Amino acid sequence: MALKLRVEDLNLHYHSFQALHHVSVDIEGQRITALIGPSGCGKSSFLRCLNRMNDLVEGARVEGRVLLDGQDIYQGNTDVVTLRKRVGMVFQTPNPFPVSVYDNVAYGPRLHGTRDRARLDEIVERSLRSAALWEEVRGKLRQSALDLSGGQQQRLCIARVLAVEPEVLLMDEPCSALDPTATFRIEELMLELMEHYTIVLVTHNMYQASRVSQTTGFFLLGELIEYGPTEQIFENPRDQRTDDYVRGRFG
Amino acid sequence: MREAIRQRMWFALFASCTAVVAAPVVVIAGLLLWRGLPALDWAFLSTPPAPGMREGGILPAIVGTLWLAAGTTAVALAFGLPAGIYLSEYAPRGALTRAVRLAIVNLAGVPSIVYGLFGLAVFVLLLKRVTGGMSIISGSLTLGFLILPVVITATEEALLAVPQTLRQASVALGATRWQTTVRVVLPNAAPGILTGFIIGLARAAGETAPIMFTAAYFYLRHLPTSLQDGVMALPYHLYVVATQIPNYPAAKAWGTALVLVALVFAMNLGAVLTRARLRRRRRW
Repeated sequence: MALKLRVEDLNLHYHSFQALHHVSVDIEGQRITALIGPSGCGKSSFLRCLNRMNDLVEGARVEGRVLLDGQDIYQGNTDVVTLRKRVGMVFQTPNPFPVSVYDNVAYGPRLHGTRDRARLDEIVERSLRSAALWEEVRGKLRQSALDLSGGQQQRLCIARVLAVEPEVLLMDEPCSALDPTATFRIEELMLELMEHYTIVLVTHNMYQASRVSQTTGFFLLGELIEYGPTEQIFENPRDQRTDDYVRGRFG
Repeated sequence: MREAIRQRMWFALFASCTAVVAAPVVVIAGLLLWRGLPALDWAFLSTPPAPGMREGGILPAIVGTLWLAAGTTAVALAFGLPAGIYLSEYAPRGALTRAVRLAIVNLAGVPSIVYGLFGLAVFVLLLKRVTGGMSIISGSLTLGFLILPVVITATEEALLAVPQTLRQASVALGATRWQTTVRVVLPNAAPGILTGFIIGLARAAGETAPIMFTAAYFYLRHLPTSLQDGVMALPYHLYVVATQIPNYPAAKAWGTALVLVALVFAMNLGAVLTRARLRRRRRW
């Protein structure tokens, strides 16, 4: 197992509020790492540190190091555009652009300079296939993405991210707005994608974490309380607070 | 039961208020058509007024108003759109930005005659070399500045209405803020921007005070040949014939008013149709 992301002593402040306290963690490639914890525990904020989406938040301040393949992404000379190409993100609610299915997937490649029609066609098809959506939309690539169902929209968003060929996929509660069937499809998809990508999944749903992830981290009040193999976290947690949470005593 | 009666009473009252508000619109439109329509014929629309004004048509005024509308569009687009985009998408959230925004909103409350005097002082007199004095350029700049608050505010609000999640999606794919603004935010805000824009333009087309010192002449026999030329304009012409020319044929005055209102109405209609077309594909 290759180390993909190493986070060292990460602190995140929003103005005077400290959202994350001294988080250190190693995230390995070709597997799914789940982050669980009650609302407001900092798991989504943590995720947004990994592709520097917090840069957009007014008053956000990050201390500590986040190493992607050994390179600190918070170093002064980091190219944020390249970083976000390498570290893609899927959001809580499906957020396709209000344009055609095709243009959604082609958005990233076009942004980064691909103009050639045939090449774009190829990328769009490959990405949609990887996101297990191709068979459903192959006949309606020109239709508005907003005509798709919620689950399809979320897979479209995944395809859109895959089209820029990222190495890491950050998924911020990707199923929270979906029904059980659509959730199941996304979970299946994550397990397929795991072979080629490093996936970090923030989830509210403990069952989801236990179903799909190999490693789990438990956040509480901005601290990473416990981090280890998923089985151990759920069956045999070391920390009393983790135990309470996974047994449903709070949160 | 008593609540049901009370409800009916209040809604009946509100309905009659609505009727009172709607009535003038109907009356004005009806009056304009009834009194103005007989004056309208091809000669009225296509010939200049004869010396003494009582004979002839209003062609130079129509042409002048169209020129001013086009110029105002250019000015408002050139300054309002970038300013609105900057304020909404890029300006740091601070006291200075808030002050600028407040100043812009307050500009909307400045009386139009003040804009006229401002235009006279700055564009007509101070910048005479560039603008040519009383001219299409001076009038367009004055009218453009007059509607800037409307255009900027409408632009900002239209941009603000674009969901934050779309911006995040774009940025997360490696887009810069500029790319996100151009490729995602603006296309989705276009209908709203357009609406505010046309509302402003329609207002500008009907204004008299700002152009009477900056662009509009009492009587011009020739159509403008350059942007530095002065023009006749429908609102000012209407003011002139209604107050300055004794025994001016009333039907012609009504006809002039009808043409002005029709022009403004056509602009609004154009805006509504364009917006509907843009909106059809953009929903969220």
